[in-house]
Order: sequence, then C-alpha cells, then structure tokens
Amino acid sequence: MARPQTKTQHIGRSLPRLEDRTLLTGRGRFAADISFPGQLHMRVVRSSFAHGRLRSIDARAALATSGVYAVWAAADVADIPPIDFRLSRVAGLEPYRQRLFSTDRVRYVGEPVAAVFAEDPYLAEDAAELVAVEIEELPAILGACDDPGEFEPGLSTEPAILRKGYGDADAAFASAHTIVAATLSIGRHSGVPLETRGAIARYDAARDVLELHGAAKVPHWNRDQIARMLGRRPASVQLYEGHVGGGFGIRGELYPEDLLVCAAALRFERPVKWIEDRREHLIAANHSRQQQHHVRAAVDREGVILALEDEIFYDQGGYVRTHAATVPDLAVAMLPGPYRVPAYRASARIRLTNKTPCGTYRAPGRFESTFVRERLMDAVAEKLDLDRIEVRRRNLISKEQMPYARALDTLGTEIILDSGDYAGLLGKALAAVEWPALRREIVNRRKKGELVGAGVALFVEKSGLGPFDEVKIEVGGDGAVELISGSASVGQGMETALAQICADTLGVDYRDVHVVHGQTDRIERGMGAFASRVTVMTGEATRLAATAVRAKALAAAAELLQTPVGALDVVDGEVVRTDAAAGPSISLGALAQTLGPTANGRSPGESGLKAGGCFESRHMNYPYGVHVAVTRIDRATGGVTIERYLVAYDVGKAVNPMLIEGQIAGGCAQGIGGTLLEEFLYDERGEPLSVTLADYLMPTAREIPQIDVLICEDAPSPLNPMGLKGAGEGGANAVGAALAAAIDDALGLPNAVTELPITPQRLKRLIEESTLRRTSREA
Amino acid sequence: MTERTSITLTVNERAYAISVEPRRTLVDAIREDCGQTGTHIGCEHGVCGACTVLVDGAPVRSCLMFAVQAQGKAIRTVESLADGDELNPLQRAFMEHHGLQCGFCTPGFLMLVTGVLERHPEIGDEELIDVLSSNLCRCTGYQNIVKAVRAAAAELRRR
Repeated sequence: MARPQTKTQHIGRSLPRLEDRTLLTGRGRFAADISFPGQLHMRVVRSSFAHGRLRSIDARAALATSGVYAVWAAADVADIPPIDFRLSRVAGLEPYRQRLFSTDRVRYVGEPVAAVFAEDPYLAEDAAELVAVEIEELPAILGACDDPGEFEPGLSTEPAILRKGYGDADAAFASAHTIVAATLSIGRHSGVPLETRGAIARYDAARDVLELHGAAKVPHWNRDQIARMLGRRPASVQLYEGHVGGGFGIRGELYPEDLLVCAAALRFERPVKWIEDRREHLIAANHSRQQQHHVRAAVDREGVILALEDEIFYDQGGYVRTHAATVPDLAVAMLPGPYRVPAYRASARIRLTNKTPCGTYRAPGRFESTFVRERLMDAVAEKLDLDRIEVRRRNLISKEQMPYARALDTLGTEIILDSGDYAGLLGKALAAVEWPALRREIVNRRKKGELVGAGVALFVEKSGLGPFDEVKIEVGGDGAVELISGSASVGQGMETALAQICADTLGVDYRDVHVVHGQTDRIERGMGAFASRVTVMTGEATRLAATAVRAKALAAAAELLQTPVGALDVVDGEVVRTDAAAGPSISLGALAQTLGPTANGRSPGESGLKAGGCFESRHMNYPYGVHVAVTRIDRATGGVTIERYLVAYDVGKAVNPMLIEGQIAGGCAQGIGGTLLEEFLYDERGEPLSVTLADYLMPTAREIPQIDVLICEDAPSPLNPMGLKGAGEGGANAVGAALAAAIDDALGLPNAVTELPITPQRLKRLIEESTLRRTSREA
Repeated sequence: MTERTSITLTVNERAYAISVEPRRTLVDAIREDCGQTGTHIGCEHGVCGACTVLVDGAPVRSCLMFAVQAQGKAIRTVESLADGDELNPLQRAFMEHHGLQCGFCTPGFLMLVTGVLERHPEIGDEELIDVLSSNLCRCTGYQNIVKAVRAAAAELRRR
C-alpha cells in the first residue's frame, strides 16, 4: 500500500478556512435563523428619557391587542437579581449593576422598562408602541468630567477610583528636567457587529432543561449565571452558540434581554425569540472607549522618562455591566506600554452618566491608553526638539531586560512582559516603509503645498488570559476527528486554527477535524473567546489533548502491529512504520473501532480513541507591534485620506498567517472608524443622536486603504510550548495614536490632535489654526 | 394592519405561494415565509446591505422593498450561487482571498457583486470600490473583499 513519505505540515501555513463553505453558501445559522414551533416574539419597551422617575406603565391597550400573550415590567421579574460582574470586580460597584427592567428610575435612553410577548414580531412591535410609560424627567448627567451627582439617594455617580502605580513619582517629578502634560480624550464608540444581538429560549419540560440559543463569547459563564439567577441547577440550563456575526467585545455578554427570554420561556412554557433591531443595538448594547486623560511625563534632558502620571475620567454610562472595571483597569495597567517607566502613578475615576452603559471593545483600555501614551511621546519629542522615533528608542525596554515585571496587575494577573524585541520590531517596521525616503518625500510634497504627514505608534498587547482551557478530542470509527472545546467562535477562524494544531500534533488532515465550540452540553467547562485568548489557551489545550490521543493510538497500534512505539508514526490519519518503506499499517478509524468499550477487557474509562487536554496559565503573554500611518488632508473639506498604513506585529508563532493578517487588517479598519468617523453623540437632554447606521458612520471600502501587515515571530512566548501569542486586538490598538501623529505632522502643528474621533469638523478648526500659525510665521 | 394578501414569490426559480401583510418586507418574506435564511438583516434601514438580493438581475436592499412589490419578479439569493457542493468562482475567490470572517455580511456582498459583474463585467477599479462601498463589513477591513472580487471578475472575463 502506497503511503505518503512526508507528513503534511499545517501550522504556519495560510490554509483556507474550514468555516467558509457553510457561510458562502448561505447555510450559516445565526441567531435570527433559529426558530421553534409555537414561539412567541419579544419586543422590549425602552425608556425614552435619559434620566427620570418611572411613574407608571399602562399595558392595557397592548394586552387588549389580538395576538399579544403577555406584557411584563419590573414587578414580573422582581425575584431575579441584577446581572453580576464577570471580570474585574471592584468593591463598591455592586449597587450599580443593572436589573432586567428599570424599577423606579430610568438612567439612559434605551433602558428596558417593559416587554411585550406576542405571536408575531410585527404584532409585538405594534403592541409595544401601545404601552404607555409615564416618566418624570430628571436632569441628566452626561459628562464623566462633570461633578459627580446622585445615582440614587446616598449613592454617588462615582462609585470607585482605581489606583495603580509603583516607584516614587513625586521625587521624579520634583527632580525632572522637563515636565510634559496633556489632556486627551477618546470618543464614545463600540464594536457594532453586523449581526445584532439575538436570543431564543426554549424550555423542555420533559427533560427539565432550559435552552438558550444565540449564545456567543462566554457560553459557560453565562450558563452558570442564568442558572443562578433563575434558581436552577447549572446542568438544567444549556447554551448553544450558532454562527456569530462578529464579536468585538460587545456580543455575547450577558444582557437583560437574555434573561428575559429565559424567564419567559420557563414561565410561559413556550419558546421565546428576541432579535434586536439596529436602533436598539445602537442604544442598548454596550458602548465603549469614552475617557478623558490628564497625563504628565517627567523626563530628563535626553527625553528619558523618569515617571508618568495619569488621571482618567472613565464614562461608564447608566449602569455597571458584566465587565465591571475591566476597561479602566486595562487602561491604567497597560498605559506604560513598551517603555521603561521607573515610576508610575495612575488613577481612573469610574463615573456613571445617563448614557448607554459601557463594556469592552477590541483592545479595551489599550486603544485609549496607547493614544494617550504615544501622544505624550510625540509631545516630549516636540518639547525637547528630538526626533519622534529617537525619543521612543531611548525609552524602550530592551530585549535583554525580558522577562520584564511591571509591578502592576490587570485582569487578576501580574503584568510580566514575557518576551519581546521592541527596538527590533520598530526597526523592521521603519525599514518596511523605507522611513528616511518616506520622510524626504513628505517634506517635498509639503513644500508643494500638500497637507501630508506620517505618524508612528508603538504598543504592547496582551493575550492568552487563563486560568485554563480544556479540549476533548475523539477519533471516531470512521476516522473523523471531533475536537470539543469550551471556547467560542466569533467569526475569527478559531475552528481552522485549532484544526491545524490538532492535525499536526495527531497526524491527520486538518479538514478531517471537526471543531465543536460554544455548546455547554458537550463539555463541562470553558472560558470562551475574549482577550485574544483562544489560539493561545485553547490552542495549547488542543496540542495537549492531541498528543495524548496520538500516544494512545501508537500504544494500541504497537500491540496490533507487533512493532515498538518508537518505530511508529501517524501520517495522514494512518499509523505507519517509520523503520521500513513498506509494511502493515492501520488507520486511526480502524484503531478506534478496536478500542470499543467491550474490546479486550478494557474498562469503560479507557475505551475509545480519545483524550482530554487542559492548559492552565496564571499569566498573560504580551505580543507587541508598531503602526505607521501616512495621511493626506483635504484643506477644503477636512477629509483625511490614509495613503499608507503598516502594522508590524510580533505574534510569537503564527498558526495561520492569513488569518492573523485578517485579524490585524479588520481590527485596523475598526480603529480607523473610531479615530475618524464613529461617535455616539447625545443632545443636551441625553437623547442619543446616533441611532441608525446613517448617523453612526462606520468605514466602507472607500475609507479603508490597503493595510500592510508584517507578521514577525521573533519573540515566541516562553509561557506555552508552541510560543503562541494572540492576534485579535493589535490591529486596532494603535490606530488612534498613529493617525493622530500623522495628522499633526500633515498640519505641521505638533500636539494638535487631542481628541478622538478626528471628525472633519474638528479637523477644519485645526486646519484654520495651522493656516493662521503659518501666516503669522511668514509675517 | 393584519389584512393579508396572497402572493407568489419566485426565489431562485422556485415559486412560493405565501400570504403576507402589505407591510411585510421582502427580506422577512424571503427568510420567514420562503425559509431562505442565507439573506441577512443588518440594519433594516437600507444602509448596511447585508440583505442585498437580486430582483430581476438588479441588486436590491430587500429590507427596503415590500414583499408584495416583488411579486412576478425573479428573486435570486445567496442560496442560488453554488452548484450543489461546487462553489462558483466568486464564492471560491472569497474563500481563497480570505474575504470573509464572521460571514454575516458575505451573502449581501456576494449578491451585490454578482449583480454588478453580470451587468458590467469590465467594471474599472475605482468604480468597483464605489460599488463595494455601498455595503458594510465589520470584520475584514474590505481589502480582501476587493481582491476577491477583482480575481473573480478577471476569471469571469476569461471564460
């Protein structure tokens, strides 16, 4: 029998995705595609006031409508507690958690106050408009920098101040050659996936199981919470993830609507379906990013940082949701980035406002703090008349200093930068864009009157958050490999990446690996997909499980083929001898059949060709990167054209470079949106103004340039055997910083950009300022 | 508003006799009444293009058209593109160029491009970007979609 002489290598190759065929043929199963016979449709009635006292809800007209099954308000779910925190719990935040419905006060436009359940979604929406909600309007607090007010009697709108730091910042500032300060703001925007949220609950009384379909991101955590909140055994609640139309932080967190469909399905004993519309999504699902920083650097005469100090005003919106203090925690902890910062002192004031509650968005806290830190580095360069690149080089943590303990913590882990060659990557990025030639070209074009400029920003990312991830792998009698993970897919291609790791470790074709994710009834526990953790944590768990399956296969085959294990290998799903060109072989499928529960007196525990793997990790690892942007500004319109964009990123080890490039380019596009276009605006009464995709402007193919991606593997992580680091967020991380620097440069106006997004209106003002300054210089 | 009208929709050359309210959108009828859920709803106000289908060969936002308006017209959706398990050149190009991630916007892009390339196979690069900028994608950053469409257009012209 002919057999391949060399094994197919999967890891490191840009193989086509296993996910694509289903999605390209319209066979995907997104939340709205799921329906059950006899289902009711839920429509949420939402507050139309930013802040007010809820006086009364009159549902009589709605209930009198044919086809309306029930209308609920707070009293109907009074026994269900508020939604708890998943991450970054901080003392004092508990009273600010959100309940399913507003009880006595409404705190943002879009807050659920009632829900209509009807036979048809059109009917439900009609009836929701008949629910009369009386609200006595109260003055709204709309700015996190305004004086704190009252959340409710006795509770301030500033529940907590996060503080982190180390070293003697006071001494450093007292002895500094120069102090550089800036006030910098980041606008309110969010992930806005193309698929809105959706939740379909069904109670199966025969099995006493509550099912929730449309799950995403963290199905196991959500399962446990739903069970706790509804007073059920966790095993009697199961969550099912189908296809997910984009994650980005916002999708898959536990929201009031998820609990409402579950509670209703239990009480009505009928399936209940809720599909969010776009307006609801833009006012009810998590917003993110809005912060103001008051930052200062103490530097010596060479531009070397002696200390950093930052005070952040973090706009949390109306309630504190599942992320608790995650965003400000990451902003404060990751602000020092790739630089040696001998002393550091930062605080984040968590402020409640009467706007949509906030959570995470791709590179949470880092998009913001990279903007702040890199703006500050540009300001230091300007103040000391140093080159912007040179001042960065002087402050970078060196390769020799790795691993570098930061004396800070975030997400419950100590920050120990595990590996990195920051100066090396900066050099590669500058070489890739031919920086000196680029500078010369820009100078020449500027002389001809063009507003063109370049900016560079450096950042450190984090990935591979633990504490564990688990994978079960089983080879069936037909040779198909099933890989069951407690992780989740948000469209990033995790099925393909895990299949590639499994394929190389076990010795099969990756197309024969079927990856199961997001199904709580298939695996007991799982952490889900967030914090760029899947390839690292689930990837290593996959390698461990596949290694164990392979060992089991070789041991069984050694017995059957009368050959020592050391002389066997698994090649393309077949156990073969490596010490002879020909000879007997056996397929993994045939081996699996010999390992049946009754075969050869095996105990049930040993039966089957299967094994589990669990990877535990107490520390995150830290990928890093460099963004280089070249922009041209239209003097007349304030429009920005991105002529060139490069992201250099060290991922440790690239499982599938094509997918990493896709993650980087996609993240970068979102970063461009948040830097130039996207902003949730409110009027002075807290009425949201960005409620359609025609008001909330996301970039199109017109605005996004070719993003050049330079993937490097110079600093594999020492924290896992393959050296993996995550790639989900590095594309977004430094866009605000790099574009701001490029725009400053184009305007010839250092420190000009202090606020994101850099909308045409804001840019027009800067252009006028730039023109004025030039005129006065010439005069 | 609950008075229903009986109509026949022709989706992918198959006739569906359905009964709909006059206000029912075409996309709801395609998805719920004809069971073709490959067409997605992203915004319901005609901006994102996820619901793009072909109506008599022209790309249409099916969230902005009523089902009753589509009676007697030939509707084509993403389900019509592949021949059994055989992806068509455009679908294949999206796969080869990594033109999709979560896949939610993909059917809309595929139908938009199908309609445009059938009518303007020689479409220029600049015009193509204008066309593609009528739909939103939140995952890819668009460039791989642009590459996939150029590759598919070139292949279709060679045929």
